[in-house]
Amino acid sequence: MEELNALFHGFSIALTPFNLGLMFVGIILGVIIGVLPGLGGANGVAILLPLTFTMPPTSAIIMLSCIYWGALFGGAITSILFNIPGEPWSVATTFDGYPMAQQGRAGEALTGAFTSSFVGALVAVLIFTFLAPLIANFALQFGPPEFFSVYLLTFCSFVGTGKGNPFKIIASMMLGFAMAAVGIDIVTGQLRLTFGFTELLSGFNFLVAVIGLFGIGEILLSMEEGLSFSGHGAKINPRIVLETWARLPRYWATSIRSCIIGCWMGIIPGGATPASFMSYGVARQMSREGNKFGTGQLEGVVAPETAAHAAGTSALLPMITLGIPGSPTAAVLLGGLMIWGLQPGPLLFVEQKDFVWGLIASMYLGNIAGLIVVLTMVPFFAAILRVPFSIIAPVIVVICAIGAYTVKNNMLDVWMIVVFGIVGYAFKKLDYPLAPMVLALVLGDAAESSFRQAMLISQGNLTVFWSNWLVGSLTTLALALLFWPLVTALRDRLRAPAPAAR
Amino acid sequence: MRIQRIFTCNAVLLAMAFAGPAAAWEPSKTVEFVIPAGQGGGADQMARFTQGVVAKHNLMAQSIVPINKSGGAGAEGFLDVKASKGDEHKIIITLSNLFTTPLATGVPFNWKDLTPVAMLALDNFVLWVNSETPYKSPKDYLDAAKKAGPGKFNMGGTGAKQEDQIITVAIEKAAGVKFTYVPFKGGGAVATQLVGNHVNSTVNNPIEAVAHWRSGKLRPLCVFEKQRMPYKNKVTETMAWGDIPTCREAGIPMDYLMLRGIFMPAGVSQDVVNFYIEFFKKVRGTAEWKKLMEDGAFNQSFMTGKEYADWVANAENVHRELMREAGFLAKK
Repeated sequence: MEELNALFHGFSIALTPFNLGLMFVGIILGVIIGVLPGLGGANGVAILLPLTFTMPPTSAIIMLSCIYWGALFGGAITSILFNIPGEPWSVATTFDGYPMAQQGRAGEALTGAFTSSFVGALVAVLIFTFLAPLIANFALQFGPPEFFSVYLLTFCSFVGTGKGNPFKIIASMMLGFAMAAVGIDIVTGQLRLTFGFTELLSGFNFLVAVIGLFGIGEILLSMEEGLSFSGHGAKINPRIVLETWARLPRYWATSIRSCIIGCWMGIIPGGATPASFMSYGVARQMSREGNKFGTGQLEGVVAPETAAHAAGTSALLPMITLGIPGSPTAAVLLGGLMIWGLQPGPLLFVEQKDFVWGLIASMYLGNIAGLIVVLTMVPFFAAILRVPFSIIAPVIVVICAIGAYTVKNNMLDVWMIVVFGIVGYAFKKLDYPLAPMVLALVLGDAAESSFRQAMLISQGNLTVFWSNWLVGSLTTLALALLFWPLVTALRDRLRAPAPAAR
Repeated sequence: MRIQRIFTCNAVLLAMAFAGPAAAWEPSKTVEFVIPAGQGGGADQMARFTQGVVAKHNLMAQSIVPINKSGGAGAEGFLDVKASKGDEHKIIITLSNLFTTPLATGVPFNWKDLTPVAMLALDNFVLWVNSETPYKSPKDYLDAAKKAGPGKFNMGGTGAKQEDQIITVAIEKAAGVKFTYVPFKGGGAVATQLVGNHVNSTVNNPIEAVAHWRSGKLRPLCVFEKQRMPYKNKVTETMAWGDIPTCREAGIPMDYLMLRGIFMPAGVSQDVVNFYIEFFKKVRGTAEWKKLMEDGAFNQSFMTGKEYADWVANAENVHRELMREAGFLAKK
C-alpha cells in the first residue's frame, strides 16, 4: 500500500487552489483544441508549453496534461454533431455517433462518448497507479515484428468484421495504403510517388484527408439532400445525461474489452488512433447487435471512445518510465520534461516522487474536472444542431478550412480538403466504405516500416512473426480475426439446411 | 503643468527607447521558427526550449513560434525557408539533414540558398550497447560482430541515409565488419529498441540515451569525437560523460558532430542577421541553456559570420565525401 500513501501525497500536491485553477483552464482549452479539427492535442500542448516554463514543473505538467485530457474529450464533439473528427482518434466515433445525431439522439451520443472516455481514463489511471513499473517493462518486449503484428491485428479486426462488398473494402483500403506510401521512404531514404512535385514531399496528411473526406464530403451530401440537418429535432433536455447513464451499464462487456485494448495499445505504445479502430472492430464482432453497427448504436460510440481515452492516458506511462512517447502529444510533453530539467526514465519514480505522484493525482482530478465540464455542455452542443443549415454549413466549411490550414500553415492543404471532400462524396454515392481507406492512411506508414524493419532484422524470414509466444499469438489472433467471417459463414451454411430439411 | 511634466517624462522615455539602438533592426511581428524535424526530437526540443527561455527572460519584444515542417526528411522546412526570400521574421534550426537530405534525395535545395546566422552547438554521437551484453570496449564489440559474420549484428538508427547510417558505414569501413542497419523514426524509439534487445547497438546522441544509461540498461562504448567530452560531473554512480573514451582511442578513425545551427531566408540585410546573432548569444547565456548543454553532453562551439559559413561549407564537403563512399548519393 506504498502506492496509496504516495498517491495521497500526490493529491496533497495537486489539490492547491492554483493547481485546481490550472486544471480547469487546461481542460477548457483542451476541449476547444479538440473541437477544432487540425489543431490537435500535440499542437495545442506545443503552443502552450513555453508558457509553463515560469511555473513549477508539477503545475506545468498538470495544466498541459489537462489540455491533453480536454482534447481527448473534445474530439468526439464535432465527430458526433457534424461527422468531422476533431482528432484522429475520434474517427471511429463518427461511425455510429453521427447517425445517432441524425436521428436526433446527439445528446445521448455525446453523453455516452464523454462518460465512456472517463471510464477508459479511470481504468488507465488505476493501472498507472498500481502497476506502473511492472507494465513499463512489458513495452520493452515490443520490437519491429511485435509492432507489425499489432498493426496487422488492427487491420484484421476491422476488415474481417466489415460489412458490405469485400472487394469495395479492399479497393478502399488499397487506395489508403497508396496514399500512405507517398513521401519519404523510411527504409531507403528515397522519395516515393511524388512525381517530382515538392508539394507531395510530406505525403498526405491524415487530418487533412479526414477533414475533407468526412467534413466537406458530408456537407456536399447534405446540400444534395435538401439543405438541412436531419438532427435538428435534437432533445436538449439536461435529463438526457441521466437517461443515457441508465443505459450504459448494459454495455459493460464492451467497456471492459475496450479498456483492455486501450490500455494495452497505450502502453506498448501503439497509440490512441489504432486503439479506437481496433476496439470498434472488436466490439462490432463480439456484440450481439454487431450487425446494426454503423446505424447509430450507442455501443458503437462507447467502444472507440473508451479505448481512445484509455490509450491516451496510458500513453503517458511509457513516456514517464522509459522516455518513449506513446503519442505525438506525449512526445511534446517529453520535450517539456527535459526542458524543466527532469529526466524521464526509470529513475523518475525514485528521484522525482512529488512530480510523478502529483501528475498521477492530477490524472484522477483532471478527468473528473473534464467530465463535469463536458457534461454540463451537452445540452448546449446538442442545441447547435437546431441552427438552420444555411447558417451552420458555411461555419463548418470555415472551421474545416482553418483546421486544414493550422495543420501545417499551408494553403495547399485547404485546397486538398476540397479534393478529399469530392472523393468522400463520390465514395458515399458509389457505396464504397471510407473507414478502410482512413485506417490504411493512418497506419499504413507505421505498419510498412515495422514490417520492413522486421524483415531486415530476420534477413527476410517470415517466421519471425512466430518467433516467440508474444508475436506468435498476436499474428495468429490477427489471422483468425481476418478469416472469422468465413468461419461463421461456413457455420451458418452448415446449420441452415437443418431447419429446412424438417 | 503636471500633465505637461508627465508628457515630457513619457517623451524622454520614448526617446530613450528609440534612441539607444537607433539603427538596429528589431522584429516587428511574431518570428516563425521552422523545425525541419518531428515533434519531440532534438531540434524540436532546442527550438521549443528557445521559445521558453525567450518568454521567461523577456529576451525579445515579439514572441517566437516554432513550427514543425518535417516532411520529406526535413525538405519541407528547408524548401519553405528557401521560398521565403527576404522574410526577416523566419528562422530555421538545422540538423545534418541540411546536407544529407538534398544529397540523398536530390530535392533542390542547398545551404547556399539560405543565410547562415549562427552555430548554436554541435551534437555528439556515442556507440551504445545493451548492458546485459559482455562487451566492455569497442574492440570487444567489433570483434564479436566480425566473428558472427556479415549482417548478423543489427545497428539501430534514425532515418535512412542520414547521419546514423553514415556513421555506421564509417564504422564498418574502419573495422572491416558489416552490420544490418535498421532505420527507425526517432532517436527515443531507437534507444528503447536497444534496451529491449531488438537491435545490437546504436549510435544515439547522448540526450536520447542518457536516461537508460543512468538506470543501468545501456553501456556507452565510445564517442565519435576528436577528444573526450569535457563534462566531469558524474552521470551514473561511477562515470561522467568525460570518462567515455573516444572511438579514435579504440582504433576507429571516425569523428562526427551534428550541426545545431540557425539559418534564415536569403536576401535579408546584415542588420537583421546581427539581431538574431545577438539574440542567440543572450539565449546561450541563460542558466537553463547551460544545463541543457550539460545534460545532453553537447559540444558548445559557437560560430557566426564567415567562420560559420566556412564551417558549413566544409561540413557539406565532408558529407558529400562520406555519402559518396557509402553509395548514398542520389542518382542524377
